Amino acid sequence: MSRIQQCIKSLSDRGEKALAAFITAGDPDMESTKKIFSALEKNGADIVELGVPFSDPLADGPVIQKSAQRALKNGASLKKIIQLVADLRKESQLPIVLMTSYNPVFVFGPEKFVDAAVDAGVDGIIVPDLPPEEADELEGYSKSKGLDMIYLLAPTSTPKRVRMISKRSSGFIYYVSLTGTTGARNALPDGIEEKVGAIKAVGDLPVFIGFGISGPEQARRMGQISDGVIVGSAIVKLIEENADPAVRDKKVGEFIGGIKQALLPAS
Amino acid sequence: MSLQEKKIETPPMPDKKGHFGDYGGKFVIETLMPALEELEKLYKEARDDPQFVKDLRYYLQQYVGRPSPLYFAERLSKKLGGAKIYLKREDLNHTGAHKINNTIGSALLTQRMGKKRVIAETGAGQHGVATATAAALFDLECDVFMGEEDIKRQALNVFRMKLLGARVIPVSSGTRTLKDATSEAIRNWITTVESTHYIIGSVVGPHPFPMIVRDFQKIIGEESREQILESENRLPDACIACVGGGSNSMGMFYPFIEDEGVRLIGVEAAGFGIETGKHGASLSHGTAGVLHGMKSYLLHDGDGQIREAHSISAGLDYPGVGCEHSHLRDTGRTEYFSITDQEALDGFKLLSRTEGIIPALESAHAIAYAAKLAPTMKPDQIIAICLSGRGDKDVTQVSDMIGDEI
Repeated sequence: MSRIQQCIKSLSDRGEKALAAFITAGDPDMESTKKIFSALEKNGADIVELGVPFSDPLADGPVIQKSAQRALKNGASLKKIIQLVADLRKESQLPIVLMTSYNPVFVFGPEKFVDAAVDAGVDGIIVPDLPPEEADELEGYSKSKGLDMIYLLAPTSTPKRVRMISKRSSGFIYYVSLTGTTGARNALPDGIEEKVGAIKAVGDLPVFIGFGISGPEQARRMGQISDGVIVGSAIVKLIEENADPAVRDKKVGEFIGGIKQALLPAS
Repeated sequence: MSLQEKKIETPPMPDKKGHFGDYGGKFVIETLMPALEELEKLYKEARDDPQFVKDLRYYLQQYVGRPSPLYFAERLSKKLGGAKIYLKREDLNHTGAHKINNTIGSALLTQRMGKKRVIAETGAGQHGVATATAAALFDLECDVFMGEEDIKRQALNVFRMKLLGARVIPVSSGTRTLKDATSEAIRNWITTVESTHYIIGSVVGPHPFPMIVRDFQKIIGEESREQILESENRLPDACIACVGGGSNSMGMFYPFIEDEGVRLIGVEAAGFGIETGKHGASLSHGTAGVLHGMKSYLLHDGDGQIREAHSISAGLDYPGVGCEHSHLRDTGRTEYFSITDQEALDGFKLLSRTEGIIPALESAHAIAYAAKLAPTMKPDQIIAICLSGRGDKDVTQVSDMIGDEI
């Protein structure tokens, strides 16, 4: 059982929903990412998703686009991020997922990437612009090395695609809550419960809901209908707005603590 | 059998998954995958529907003004001394470029889907104008994404789009040119896919776009082939076309692919010069990668980050290229050369002075390369150049650059 699967199982045994926190690795720099990672871990993140910055991220809204630009400006690269994970692994056993556009992986070399990621201690990968149709090579290497390959499903996914992706995803399924790019929203669309229900009906994989979740109340509602929630832009925004590292890490920690609170079993 | 009549066997492209050899495919977020599947199905039905074919032909003839002439540029040929040069006059189409061949077809597809809104990206503004035009004709709401840098360079086309009832949405991210306009159009499509069709401007993007745009543009080569057989009773020795995303060149080349004796030559932007790194020559100087939904040749660095392209012409200022070009390049069927900004300006002046035709700066790259090639050829040989657009849109820019010299 992978570290991600173990994590989700032990949470579920306690009646908790998983909290996956996304930050862009290297935003504003690698040392800051280590500190922010630690703030996330201490305050209740169950899984951390490290975004690999890309010059042209097509699925991201303005907040994450800007964070990628900051990280790239300060020299972030896939290679350095894999090294960062190796460093983090010396201190932490928290499941770590890399979320990346495909081009950096393609240029790195899919097989070499999987080897390096697994050696560093990466547990899963999410490549939003690599649907299963194009993923045979990367998925093959990932599965052979025990690296979870997490696929996305969306509100627009057809029943046929839901079945196909449920078979191919591992670790969990990332359900994109809305038809759009990443970014915190005040309101999430209707009908998420039915969509998530339909996904859970065809397979055994846990389903996490991401995109648009901006605060504890939304997280609580999404947690009620899924196995976990993913929060990204709202955290990245706090990183953007707080230049002072101590203030930044405190605010990120408080924010994550608030979300985690909303995902604990109602007492 | 003469060399000219020799046929090369080529399997139909793309394959079922939308691949052209190692290139193409669908590299997009799940949200868009169902729409791409639906578009492919709908397009194939339309392609086989006689009514759709009839409607498309009607608008291309009566509205666009097709067929466009294949004009023998006698003075240019004499001046260069060498091969006979013919110009495929896509500049004479309604709206002044080849782009409308695709937007009319795509607007008809939009109607067939029952969608009421279209979006497009644009660099030089030609595709934006052609989309806004088709949207006006078929009563569709139209938003065009355009980089802020290009909005400055192409003020006339911005006004034309607005006049036609489209909204021009400035894109301020990244390099503020065609690459970022394309990214922003894709992001908008991710958000509006259920009500909106994306009319992509070139043979780029996820499958089935490169196939659809090629099919709507191949009329350029089909007509050229017929016309040259009519006037010369033989095929040309070379076809030349500029390559940004690669739609006019793909349209010109496609009907000649099996004709072994016809050289197919794409001309990319060398910008300030290949050695400066500021150019748009993805096929000649790039490597394989994934951008904007497809695998193709790209300009990117060792970490897979996309590099800034540069060209005097907004339409060639793009760090990627159509995936079918990448495949044809690898097979050796097509050849690619590059022309600097300065050489393109010379081509721009040359065609204006010798033939009284002001070409688009994009097309001026093809003229400039022909000016190098023609003198090396014999007088009984033939070059067919795709003159993809007219240069009115570029006159202000060129005047700012070389006004004093004229």
